Amino acid sequence: MNSQYGTLGQFATPDALLQAIRQLRRESPAMQLEAYTPYAVEGLSAALGLKRNIVPAATLAGGVLGGLGGFLMQWYAAVVSYPVNIGGRPLNSWPMFIPAAFELAILGAALAAVASMLVANGLPRLYHPIFNAAHFNLATRDQYFLCIRADAAEHSFETISKKLMELGAHTVVEVRE
Amino acid sequence: MAESPTIPAGPRNAADRGGPEVSAPVPVLAGGWTDAGVTDKIAGLILNRGGSWLSGWDRHWRWRSALLVSFSGALILLAASTWLFMRGVGLFGVNIPVAWGFALGNFVWWIGIGHAGTFISAILLLLRQRWRTSINRYAEAMTLFAAGIAGLFPILHLGRPWFAYWLLPYPNRMELWPQWRSPLVWDIFAIATYLLVSLLFWYVGLIPDLASLRDKARRRSRQLLYGLLALGWRGDARHWDRYETAYLLLAGLATPLVVSVHTVVSLDFAIGNTPGYHSTIFPPYFVAGALFSGFAMVVTLAIPIRHYLQLQDFITLRHLDLAACVMLACSLFVAYGYLAEIFTAYYSGDPYEIAMTQDRFTGVYAPVYWAYIGCNVLAPQCLWWRRLRRCVPALLAVSLVINAGMWMERFLIVVQSLHRDFLPSSWDVFVPTLWDWTFLLGSIALFVWLFLMFVRYLPLISMAEMRGLVHETAEEARSGEGKAR
Repeated sequence: MNSQYGTLGQFATPDALLQAIRQLRRESPAMQLEAYTPYAVEGLSAALGLKRNIVPAATLAGGVLGGLGGFLMQWYAAVVSYPVNIGGRPLNSWPMFIPAAFELAILGAALAAVASMLVANGLPRLYHPIFNAAHFNLATRDQYFLCIRADAAEHSFETISKKLMELGAHTVVEVRE
Repeated sequence: MAESPTIPAGPRNAADRGGPEVSAPVPVLAGGWTDAGVTDKIAGLILNRGGSWLSGWDRHWRWRSALLVSFSGALILLAASTWLFMRGVGLFGVNIPVAWGFALGNFVWWIGIGHAGTFISAILLLLRQRWRTSINRYAEAMTLFAAGIAGLFPILHLGRPWFAYWLLPYPNRMELWPQWRSPLVWDIFAIATYLLVSLLFWYVGLIPDLASLRDKARRRSRQLLYGLLALGWRGDARHWDRYETAYLLLAGLATPLVVSVHTVVSLDFAIGNTPGYHSTIFPPYFVAGALFSGFAMVVTLAIPIRHYLQLQDFITLRHLDLAACVMLACSLFVAYGYLAEIFTAYYSGDPYEIAMTQDRFTGVYAPVYWAYIGCNVLAPQCLWWRRLRRCVPALLAVSLVINAGMWMERFLIVVQSLHRDFLPSSWDVFVPTLWDWTFLLGSIALFVWLFLMFVRYLPLISMAEMRGLVHETAEEARSGEGKAR
């Protein structure tokens, strides 16, 4: 059983990381790459070839659900469940239902945005093999990491680490599960 | 891009280009900062402080004595609330025409202060104003605390506060529902949504920074605490991608929200038919007033923070200057609101409106009216001078004056309009009691205490965004356009 998670190269600058990713993806597109950076580096998603994520769709759904649900709740309360005749005024006084429906739309969308982001990211996840790597605590400070997953059986740790060094990594370590 | 794949790798490979990237001096960030530098500086404010009560006193006596005073104030507020719940709202100076006294004025004032944080974080993010980067975090914290305190006041002021939850729709055996046509019900939805969304926005922004603290902390208890709060954030590029999307969407959602909240608060008044409340100018006028007092509070907090924590490199004079410009603009908006109110009153020909307006000029509460005109309209005009905008003591004085002025404005709107309504037989004057003042000062103490705790235990500037800013300025300096912005 292969207990190796991957090979982790440490880069000093975001540009070096980006260039290494671009070159690796050109040369061997099958490689599974993971990048770890201390801030959202511009162009990193494009370099890794990430597809559009689920967050916007989930946010829209949450907003629509919150807004419609909020409006329907008010309509049901005011028209069906608890009608109050105030001088013969219409029960379905919808303009008055807009403010609460609007707030609930925003609330639904915001909750959906955050929840979908966390769920899709698999967070909270307090343990991850990558935390075992030496110096990985610098990934939230000033170091940029590129992890090549160990699934590609034909590459040994030695060849991959040599490759990463060639690409400008200044330290390479093995990450174990 | 000087790296070539053939260079033999070594520990100092980054030295090809002279080591890690260094920020170029721009108006919103001093030069010479690196990723590591900003992270260590901001995290150090939390991790490298402390010490025992005796040995740490010399270094930390300012923070600790402020904490002692403000915490005592917060305890007084707690005790006063207990007494209020036991004895009822008769402790306040409210009477029958003036049923809304200090409590409602404080509510509107605090929720207004809570607007600048979201404005800075959300609207300035969407407008790509990068001066938000170093002030958004603490402004969001300020928003959260102010909005939370604001939320207390309507409950404190209820006759039967234990029924506050009746405002929420929930399945109940009485088969009752809230009255959806009442602005007070809209209000609870607006405030609750605002609190929750501000909390989410703030917390999502904090996640990468909590991870930085987890990784830098040496003490086990801190590693555990920050580690749990960071949810296992590891800076994965895929995570960043979704994170950035979610953050941007939250900003987009918070933008209409922030405008809606004070609009709904103003409708609490404007939908009523009392002269002085019943006015269509209220929504925009309240939102402008909210930003006005919020930015005044941002400046009031920024000046001691940058002074005592030596953050002059991050919170620069440029930040203060820009915040002062926003205050000046808001002051003009608010002045327009005051004028429009007077004009509409006379133009309407309505005798009650006219009498109410004249009472503002000459009645019992006229000193308050003229004082806030001085504070909110006249005093901020000195901010036209750039030298004054960049003079820290003067700016602090102006911001305090505006805070006081905005409180007086809220007080006047709430109280003066009520004290003389349609029937002269029901006219009465509101005189605040000692309890009114206790609740106002106690809420300020609670706010200060919360803020001091925040400064001590959470990063008050976003480290992740500062790292981004360092690289942005370094890149601009390389391509030679750094000085342009």
